[in-house]
Amino acid sequence: MGRKILLDKINVPGIKTYEVYRREGGYASVEKALKTLTPDEVTEEVKTSGLRGRGGAGFPVGMKWSFIDKKSGNPRHLVCNADESEPGTFKDRYLMEYIPHLLIEGMITSSYALGANLSYIYIRGEYMWVYKILERAIAEAKAAGWLGKNILGTGFDLELYVQIGGGAYICGEETALIESLEGKRGNPRLKPPFPAVKGLWQNPTVVNNVESIASVPWIVNNSGAEYATIGIGRSTGTKLISASGNIKNPGVYEIELGVSVYEFMNSDEYCGGMQTDRPLKALVPGGSSVPILPANLIYKTAAGEDRLMTYESLSDGGFATGSMLGSGGFIVYDDRACIVRNTWNFSRFYHHESCGQCTPCREGTGWLEKVLWRIENGQGREEDIELLWSIQSKIEGNTICPLGDAASWPVAAAIRHFKDEFEYHIRFPEKVKNRDHFVAEPFEKVKHLVAKQEI
Amino acid sequence: MEISHIKQEINMTEALMTRINELISHYPADKKKSALLPVLHEVQDAHDNWLSVELQNKVAEILEIKPIEVYEVVTFYTMFNQRPIGKHMFEFCQTSPCCQRGVEDLMDYTCDKLGVKVGEPTADGQFEVRGVECLGACGYAPMMQLGDFYQEHLTKEKIDQLIADCKDGKITLHDK
Repeated sequence: MGRKILLDKINVPGIKTYEVYRREGGYASVEKALKTLTPDEVTEEVKTSGLRGRGGAGFPVGMKWSFIDKKSGNPRHLVCNADESEPGTFKDRYLMEYIPHLLIEGMITSSYALGANLSYIYIRGEYMWVYKILERAIAEAKAAGWLGKNILGTGFDLELYVQIGGGAYICGEETALIESLEGKRGNPRLKPPFPAVKGLWQNPTVVNNVESIASVPWIVNNSGAEYATIGIGRSTGTKLISASGNIKNPGVYEIELGVSVYEFMNSDEYCGGMQTDRPLKALVPGGSSVPILPANLIYKTAAGEDRLMTYESLSDGGFATGSMLGSGGFIVYDDRACIVRNTWNFSRFYHHESCGQCTPCREGTGWLEKVLWRIENGQGREEDIELLWSIQSKIEGNTICPLGDAASWPVAAAIRHFKDEFEYHIRFPEKVKNRDHFVAEPFEKVKHLVAKQEI
Repeated sequence: MEISHIKQEINMTEALMTRINELISHYPADKKKSALLPVLHEVQDAHDNWLSVELQNKVAEILEIKPIEVYEVVTFYTMFNQRPIGKHMFEFCQTSPCCQRGVEDLMDYTCDKLGVKVGEPTADGQFEVRGVECLGACGYAPMMQLGDFYQEHLTKEKIDQLIADCKDGKITLHDK
């Protein structure tokens, strides 16, 4: 059994309520931090822990905190990014829904470290019932004296509120999130200045993912050094993985970073193997934005080493043969899945979610969607694969925010690893008219048709 | 649909105004505009789930901002409706993980059963089916959003039951 530091209490009856959470040792990190540590000492613990941002980018949390501008004298803010919208990701919701006080405790301890007296949790609009859970939990925490003026008599003041979004993936990008929190459209800002200097209302701001903030209480209670003993190398601690697709046990799992992909996929503690006896075809290990891996690169890297659930191992081989840990949105595909259809599905998502500020993304995502749709529907043209490659390469790196890259990478990876499947769609249009074309006849069985024509 | 011809009765009740003022109090006094998204949700919930131009103007007046600042937000975010919608809106997640678990067949089934196409309310205005992007419930697929809540691990039988429950008024749409 792997060590659990976020979900160890998740099954305690009533843990959702303040009384039970407190009885189980909750809010200890606030007491310890406010009474015995300076804000900089808390930041140092987080730095020592090696905790990396759990939203997807994996930037060290302690370092991000240390960038916050304390010299300007302007009010500082901590904003929790609970806009979880990356396809395949549903871990933050699980934490907030079942153990909301863990996030609130993390927000208080982290706000203290940053010197923030007014902090927000920005939650996606669709999680409306979770928003209500958090609002009620905050009211409980406030009534118990953990929020408000002069907390625990230490002179530290903190007000914490939840802000609800309106349905927009882009608001998970930190500067778009800040715009949205200011009551505007979610258009990402040009950086620099970074939020640590000019963020919410032009004040120094740190934006952190739910899971990152929820990891802080354990780090403060047990020390950063102790946290760093979990995991491998620069992948320290535990990570929540949202497992979905064609597996036996979809759900949220906490793993120690470093467990092998094979074990995570097949052990009964986690995914429990495939949903049916259909074979594994592909894996998206870190949310829809990261490159898809074909079956031969899932359990082993190109170098023949075991693929591990770490930032480094999942990206081993770069984009040529690797992927990314990302948000931990682990989507498994068996051989019924059509890679062309799936890539079209992701492209439709990015087209829908593009904010429209940057031309390459606004127009390019639309082109990707349209070209993929015609291939998938048996109207593809010989030159379409090259066209797709050209479009994605013109979006990547040419936009204000990473949504452009996120839209390009899945398309590039699909072409890189499954080009024959695209060719099959174009050469045998009558065979792909039905959307379930690989259910009765998986691609593996018709693959030879494409290979023959190439000779 | 000619949106401008549909009149919406505006009713800013005392309870609604109390909630709006509470939301405004979450932000510094000179940052009232920040309350825009939460306020729009509350106002929409209290007005049959849509926001006419007149209602948007009312929100602008309350938050002391220009009407255009409300319109540009309402048109940007998917959850704000600019026309009347079906009372029971079945919003199916149609992103990849839900597709792996058969959501497309379920959407077809639901549309057939209700005799509608995606995006068109039933004649009595009671139901509407929509396809939306990832709702963050991939492990519990296929699923949909109905009001403020998620309906997960859907099957045809569950859809039948939900439709019956909606007709019988057994479904709570908003968590107030």
